[in-house]
Amino acid sequence: MTSHARLALMIAIGVALLPQASPANAQDANLGRSLAATCANCHGPNGQAVGDMKPLAGMPADKLLAMLADYRSGAMPATIMHQIVKGYTEPQLQAIATYLAAQKPRQ
Amino acid sequence: MDTHTFLPAPQRRRWLAAGAALGGATLASGCATPSGGPSIGRVVVVGGGYGGATAARYLKAWGGNVDVTLVEPNASFVSCPISNLVVGGYRQIGDVTRSYDPLRAGGVRVVRDSVSAVDAAGRRVRLASGGEIPYDRLVLSPGIDFLFEQVAGLKPAVDSGRLVHAWRAGPQTVTLRQQLESMADGGVVVVSIPRVPYRCPPGPYERACMIASYLRTAKPKSKLLVLDANPEVQSKKALFERAFEQHYKGVLEYRPNAEVKEVSGNVARTDFDDVKADVLNVVPPQRAGDIAVQAGVVNMNARWVGVDWLTMESTAVRGIHVLGDATFSAPAMPKSGHMANQHAKVAAAAIIQLLKGEPVSTSPVVMNTCYSFVTQRDVIHVASVHQYDAADKTFKTVPGSGGVSAAANQLEGRYALSWATNIWNDMIGVA
Repeated sequence: MTSHARLALMIAIGVALLPQASPANAQDANLGRSLAATCANCHGPNGQAVGDMKPLAGMPADKLLAMLADYRSGAMPATIMHQIVKGYTEPQLQAIATYLAAQKPRQ
Repeated sequence: MDTHTFLPAPQRRRWLAAGAALGGATLASGCATPSGGPSIGRVVVVGGGYGGATAARYLKAWGGNVDVTLVEPNASFVSCPISNLVVGGYRQIGDVTRSYDPLRAGGVRVVRDSVSAVDAAGRRVRLASGGEIPYDRLVLSPGIDFLFEQVAGLKPAVDSGRLVHAWRAGPQTVTLRQQLESMADGGVVVVSIPRVPYRCPPGPYERACMIASYLRTAKPKSKLLVLDANPEVQSKKALFERAFEQHYKGVLEYRPNAEVKEVSGNVARTDFDDVKADVLNVVPPQRAGDIAVQAGVVNMNARWVGVDWLTMESTAVRGIHVLGDATFSAPAMPKSGHMANQHAKVAAAAIIQLLKGEPVSTSPVVMNTCYSFVTQRDVIHVASVHQYDAADKTFKTVPGSGGVSAAANQLEGRYALSWATNIWNDMIGVA
């Protein structure tokens, strides 16, 4: 293989591995971010809540998912979250929890 | 997704070139973006309310190298939500006012001006002050303007300053409060509500509670008459009716099917009655804001803007995305600040993808929460979650989700105020 051909092959592989080269991947890359943004009105940008709202930034995903499951079942009393959680699918909640777990808590 | 939402690259380059050619005569923001690298495109956002400010902030936060210019005539943001507490005397207007400075710190160019015209073919907006700003994508978040012609005599009354609607928060909110304070005990206040759809479905009923709360304590011989053009309370009905009965019996009278058709002096006229008021607060019927009409995007019932819900792009004019109250609502979707903020994030995510020439999300979600004060401290909510339905190309509420408060309570009073702080941080940035 000539050096040119080798370079062309490497570029081709590189392009194929870039996440944004695939439409499906590009969409998935933003899924958690965009879904978590639907929580920000109450829980602050990237989950950095102030006041009486629960901060979600940096909360381990398992802990948040367990809380959401308790809201859904009614095991945890709520004013509003039991109604909101039922509007999201489990994969959507997982994407939200994964995204928020990776965010820095408010200083 | 619809391929029409892509702006082909050669076309985009042409607009960029057009902007560059205009040079110093325009307000083109050619400065380097904070994150460095070439700009992926220019977005002009018109209107710095719940929709527009959020769109501007998220375009920068998510898009990085997007040139974002926000055009807003007011020096600072004044929130409609919570402003009924100002009417009731429980908050000052400063408590619902926020500087745009955090947006600037986030890299958004904030221009204090109004857009007088949109040149959709030339992809530029003209400013009231005379300049022009070119764009690759335009976001209109114009809120509402009023159909004054539907209530005879209303326009002159508002123009004279005698009557305020206070349905955009700001100086009129303060005037309404002053009118209530100036009124003698034993006076009559009238609040009139237009037919749906209007901005903030529970808003008039919350306002009625706040005014009645003030009258009950400060001017107990006074009366509040609520004239509703609709056949019943339009949001959180049972909860508002309970509040009227429990807290404001003898002060507040609610009349359904009482559309105000004419205003004459201090008299509000319906088909059945002439009601004399000491303070007359008429909430006029509404449509999408003026600039939406000018831009040619008002294509639903001659009042609202039809949008592609995946991108918030107008179904009438390509390259123009429209947010918030101005849109022709999806089923059971309220015209609220909260919803405008959610529209803005759908639009920001989509616009960034479109500028990059990449596909937009095909499964967006939006949700809404409206808190209403029924007393100084007791609050009720309504909440909903809306998932995109690909078959019907619209947002639909999820069966079994959402709902209202079990009863008015003080815990939600605290949540309502925290909601405000958090959504203001979300739309403008942390002060």
